[in-house]
Formats: sequence, structure tokens, C-alpha cells
Amino acid sequence: MAHVGTRPTPVGRPVLTALAPVALAVLVLSVAVATTVGPSDLGARDALAVMLERLGGPDSGLSDLREGIIWELRLPRAVLAAVCGAGLALCGVVLQSLLRNPLADPFVLGVSSGASTGAVLVVLTGVGAGAIGLAGGAFVGAVVAFGLVLLLGFVTGGTTDRVILAGVAATQLFSALTSFIVFTAADAEQTRGVLFWLLGSLSTASWNDVVVCGSVVLLGTAVCWAAAGTLDAFTFGQDAAATLGVSVVKVRLLLLVVTALMTAVIVSTSGAIGFVGLVLPHAARAIVGVRHRLLVPTATVLGAIFLVWVEMGSRVVIAPQELPVGVATALVGVPAFVLIMLRQRRRSA
Amino acid sequence: MSTPTEVGMSTPTEVGMSIESDRVSWAVRDRLIVDAVSVAVRPGSTVGLLGPNGSGKSSLLRLLAGLRPTSSGVVRLDGADVSGMSRRDVARRLAVVDQESTTDSDPSVRDVIGLGRLPHRAPWAPESACDRDIARMAAATMRTEHLLDRRYATLSGGERQRVQLARALAQEPTELLLDEPTNHLDVRHQLELLELVRAASATTVMALHDLNLAAAYCDEVVVLRAGRVQVAGPPEIVIRPEMIAEVYGVEAEVEHTPSGLHVRYLRALTGRPEATIEGGRMTR
Repeated sequence: MAHVGTRPTPVGRPVLTALAPVALAVLVLSVAVATTVGPSDLGARDALAVMLERLGGPDSGLSDLREGIIWELRLPRAVLAAVCGAGLALCGVVLQSLLRNPLADPFVLGVSSGASTGAVLVVLTGVGAGAIGLAGGAFVGAVVAFGLVLLLGFVTGGTTDRVILAGVAATQLFSALTSFIVFTAADAEQTRGVLFWLLGSLSTASWNDVVVCGSVVLLGTAVCWAAAGTLDAFTFGQDAAATLGVSVVKVRLLLLVVTALMTAVIVSTSGAIGFVGLVLPHAARAIVGVRHRLLVPTATVLGAIFLVWVEMGSRVVIAPQELPVGVATALVGVPAFVLIMLRQRRRSA
Repeated sequence: MSTPTEVGMSTPTEVGMSIESDRVSWAVRDRLIVDAVSVAVRPGSTVGLLGPNGSGKSSLLRLLAGLRPTSSGVVRLDGADVSGMSRRDVARRLAVVDQESTTDSDPSVRDVIGLGRLPHRAPWAPESACDRDIARMAAATMRTEHLLDRRYATLSGGERQRVQLARALAQEPTELLLDEPTNHLDVRHQLELLELVRAASATTVMALHDLNLAAAYCDEVVVLRAGRVQVAGPPEIVIRPEMIAEVYGVEAEVEHTPSGLHVRYLRALTGRPEATIEGGRMTR
């Protein structure tokens, strides 16, 4: 047996080039399907009619209220799901490569727990509530937490495992702070509202959110894709990256800031949606291999498609109630994660 | 206090050196790991760094590669101060292979060798046909062509080292730094690897444990002890029983035969505690 380790992955380049438009078509279709699902009796035909009208087509013949359900509720929600899924998966890819840790995800830098503390502080205690609101509070919290992680990580040596440890410490700290605030300040109803947000929810999605998240994720994707070769260079660690011509400290700081910013913006609009950033990068690697030039766009599109469908599912499974989308991604993500771990064990065996 | 290099080595001030360290020191906190080491390597030669564990071989290699800032002294590549060069410019002419290279991701051998082309293009640029050709040539030179579609994780230690060397060659280096490349390899693979290194025609500096291998494959050797150059020069002059006793604490016979120099280890010298570094000072 000369080729023990050969396995029929990554697919060839020409096949992938052909698949790119297909993947984008699937994404658009997924978003379209998502707009047809919901408690109101509005089907695919209505959704299509409304979209055609908004894009300059003939009048849909639906009441303004019904049009609004499609255009102002369902569509921004589906698009925001795609944007958040794409951003989270991308952050996962970058952080796993940069920190050389297959368990790294967008929340490893303490961003999400910081966001939670910020949001809870604003909603429950009213600090700055008028000025910045829940999303603003979450964003400030996320940035503060990330700043703390960076400071802690670099003060203690700046190696990747220090950054991860600092992230773990910050996560614990801010989770404790969040619990403290909830216990001391919240009434039951407020707690429920905040909890729903903490678990990840896209139910308040607006076009404004889509524009803000969308532009940040788009920019982040461009930066990370442009750094594809640099990310490849980290395959065998920081020193190896340096010997391949990478200015490690500069590049790592830039990419950490970009991913933290993306995560902060996503978390502050949608709450902490777990497992997308952890699982999807592994799925993307299984399909296209480890080179970031292919991996970055693949993970981005897969993450988008994934979250659109999971978000849709979260509205359906216990209808008329909604499952927080973060709960849904965890329910899907944990089994997927176990599969990945089993696969890795098989490989190392 | 500089310890000047001895027999056969050129003085660091001489022009035309491929890579040289000029009284280079490196300290972690106040502990001196590399102590005023001056080494000058002639273009095209193969230099072995010898010395027991902890004598500073790996640290010196890292300094030569510009991976750590020196505490004092200068490392020059072709006359230019490495600390003033961009990482990319260094990577285009100097390649490094570590003792052991591990990864958490699951690259193919083709991916790994392809990494060697990264310094030669923009990070967003795709791999060109030229990149692929050079990577394939490097793979062929290191006899790893048949492994290209394997997963790196499934390779044996010897195969991984050859793949890493192929990756290094794909960088088209004029200088090659190797940190104990034969570690973990069986005898046949050790010999095979060093044959391939010699055939690669880059100026090579490598840390080695095995004195017999050093004698067979190096033009010159530098013996480090507690971070300093103990002695340097052609292996047949440097590798003597007295040096082995003093530096390694081992009684040995050195035999000069038509097939080369052979070291036979007899026994560890006891009753004489090994030299250690403490606060940068040698103590007994």
C-alpha cells in the first residue's frame, strides 16, 4: 500500500470555479425560500411578487401590511442571517489559522461575552440607554473586552496560546459580570428579553442592520481574502510564517482587529450565535482543503447558506413560537462538531 | 568578551560572506543563551553547528534567520544587516527547516511544498504556473514527487523532513538553515537526507548531534558550549578526543581512515559535573 493517506478530497480547481456560481445561486435561492416561511399565510408567489415590485416590476396586488411582512420583516431577516453566517464562518477560518487552534471561534477573543455585558448593562440598568441602545451597548462591551484580551495577551508574552488564555479569562470575567447584573438589577420580563438576545436572535432584523453588518462583513472578507497567502504561511506556526516572509506581529494584530470588529458588529445586532464560526470552517476545509484562497470564499458562502436555513428552521420547529437562533445552531452544531472530532481522531490514529 | 572563531574560519569582517554573525549575543531576561558568537559562512559551504543540548545551537540558528532580535551584535546576509531587511526579502533568499514541523490543519504534501512559493508573490495572488513548476522541481529534488497527493499528517518522520526540505528549496534559497534535520530519523534516512542537502547547492548551516555525520557532510564545524564558540574549523581538525571530552564529557577515540573520520564513543566521563550556564557565566 503505497498511498495509505490519500483521500479523495479537495476537489480540483476547475470544478470549484464552476461551482462558485452554483453556490451563489443556492445562497440566493435559500434567502428566497426563507422569505416564504412564516406565520402569516404568504407563500412563494407572494414573496416573488413583492420582490419584483420592489425591484421595479409590476404591482404585487398585496396590501401594504402584507408587503411589509415580506419586505420589512422576512427579507431583511433572511439577508441578515446570510450576512451573519458568512461573517462568523469567516472569523472562524481566520482565527483557527492564525491562532493554530482548531477549536478557536469568533468568540474566543472574549468579544461575545463583553457584548453581553454591555447589552445587559444598557438594558437592565439604563446606563447610556437613551444614547446608544442595546446594540450600541453590546458593541462597546465587545470592543472593551477585545481590548482587554489584546492587552492581557501581549503583556503576558503575545504568543497565540497567551491570546487564547486571555480570551478565556475575559470570557469568564464578563460572563460573571453579566450574571451579576442580571441577578441584581433585572425583573423577570427584562431578563427574558435579554436572555433571548443573549442566545442569539435575528427577530429584530432591519435593513439598517443589514447595511451595517453587510458592509463590515464585506470589507472583512476582502481583507481576509487578500491575506490568503499570509494565512497559509501560518500552517506550521508563527516562526515558520516569519521564515516565509510574514511580518507576524503586524499581520496578526491586523487580522485579530478585523475579525474582532466583524464579530462585535455581528454580535451587537444578532446576539451570540454559536457554533457557526466553529463548525463551518471545518466543513469548508473538508470540501476545498486548507488553502485560504479557496477556503475563505467557500467558508463565507457555506456559513451564509447554513445560517439562512437554520434561522428558517428556528422559526418553524416550535411554531408559532420561535427558537432563539443561537439555540438552533448549537443543536445542529454539536453533532456536527462531534463528527469533526471523530474524523480527526481517525486521522491521527 | 568575544570568543574569536579559530582555524579555517574567515574573520567576520571579510567581504563576500554568505551569512555571518558578528559578536552576536542573545539573552532571555538576564540569562545569556548565545554569548558573543562570531561565525562567517563562505558561499556554497556546509557548516555544522555542534555542541551538547542547551549549548545554544537552535538559538543561534534563530538569530541567523532573523527570527529573534539580537541582544547585541549583528547578523549579516550577504553583507546586509538582517534586522534592517523585510521578512519577505529575507524569506526570498534564506529558508529554514525546523527539527520537527507540526500542524493542526490537514494540508497535502503539495500544499506544504507550495508554501515555499509564498515569499515570491503577493498574498492575494494565485499560484502561478511557474510557482507550480518550481514546487514540482523541488519535490523531485527531494524525492518526494510520489508523495504530492498524500496528507502531510500521514507521512513518516523521514518523509516529513524531506517534504520540509522540498518546501525550503521551493523558496529558491541561497542560504539554508537546518535545525537537527536528522533528529528522529533512522540511519539510512539520516544519510539520505544529508546527501540530498549537500546536493541542494545552497549555503547550509545546520545544527547536528552526530559527530560522524558532521565529519562526513560538513566543510567546517563550529562547536558551541554554553552559548560560546569553543572551537571552529574543518571537522578533521576540530573533532578530536580532547574536544569531545571537554565539550561533551565523553571519552572517545577518533580514527582517521581513507573513508573519512570516525568517532567511537567509549564512555561518559563521570566525577566531573557537566558545565552549565548560570546567569550567563560558566560554572563547574
